[in-house]
Amino acid sequence: MRDEDIVSRLTEAQLDALKEAGNIGAGNAATALYQIIGKKIMMSVPRAAVIPLSEVPDVLGGSEVLVAGVFLRVLGDAPGSILFVMPKDSALYLVDMLMGRPESSTQVLSEMDQSALKEIGNILASSYLNALASFTKLTFLPTVPALAFDMAGAILDVILVELGQLGDYALLIETRFQAESAHVEGHFFLIPDPGALSIILKALGVGDNGAGN
Amino acid sequence: MGQVIRVGIADFNIAKSPDILTTLGLGSCVGVALYDKVAKIGGLAHIMLPDSKQARGGQNPAKFADTAIPLLIEKMERAGASRIRIVAKIAGGAQMFSFSDKNLQLSIGKRNVEAVKLVLAEEKIPLVAEDTGGNFGRSVELHTDTGKFVIRTVGHGIKEL
Repeated sequence: MRDEDIVSRLTEAQLDALKEAGNIGAGNAATALYQIIGKKIMMSVPRAAVIPLSEVPDVLGGSEVLVAGVFLRVLGDAPGSILFVMPKDSALYLVDMLMGRPESSTQVLSEMDQSALKEIGNILASSYLNALASFTKLTFLPTVPALAFDMAGAILDVILVELGQLGDYALLIETRFQAESAHVEGHFFLIPDPGALSIILKALGVGDNGAGN
Repeated sequence: MGQVIRVGIADFNIAKSPDILTTLGLGSCVGVALYDKVAKIGGLAHIMLPDSKQARGGQNPAKFADTAIPLLIEKMERAGASRIRIVAKIAGGAQMFSFSDKNLQLSIGKRNVEAVKLVLAEEKIPLVAEDTGGNFGRSVELHTDTGKFVIRTVGHGIKEL
């Protein structure tokens, strides 16, 4: 069965399995983030859902909302892409914490701030992939991340285009992080390449809807 | 002041003066604005991918340059526009993320722009202005009273084509 058909026909059990992997990954990532910035990070239960492509920007509050996006490719047994998106305020807050500056002092991102944000994206992606790897016994190798700071719609194009070649629906594994002061939140998108989703589902033990491959 | 009509991702629509067509947050996608200044009818498409023939069949035709543009022209003609008067302005086709590893480079924005230009040429629609490429997002507005095409960015100013 092709991935595009799988995405639009995912069962509750399959979505739950992806959500659980997301949950553990997010837990690891929250711990890693805590160790870096020294503040407690609350993690809300992620959502795994199939949504129409046109609704993806609404997840972030609209096409024109200013966000920071960290994008990286995942190589290995089940290749794909990861996009981690943070609203502007969350990104600036995290940068202030990382660089040891007082809250709300950053308004424009320097080179250094940008690489700090990339590093955060890297840590989050690795935590998530580690969880998924231990669930599935598959190998995932994240590449060096790239960062963009712009309108949500423009940043989301990078995943919509990959998904759009396959079909009209997106698989969203959503993860939210919140710091004590509720300033930090982020959304995590995992976009498997063609063929990779069925490999992941099979490895999670919730294979192919019995439709063969 | 007319109504503002929003065009979503992988969608297109038309409007008559004095309405305004808008589409938000173009990254690698391309906004194609068509305009007939006599009938004062405009059309706007938010194109995501270059070629429907490279994708699986049965998908939304508004998503692809090769299928969306002819459909948009047809829709404008049905509303009273004349094909020989229609001109095009385009914006978008950026590369939002750049990688040091060239193998990972995503060139979809550039390919979208090339495909749009090719389809416009095939349809014999003159391209009169463009603001494409770069590494930043764009939101666009087509004013159907004048044909003015306004491009807004974050940190790269506002442009009028």
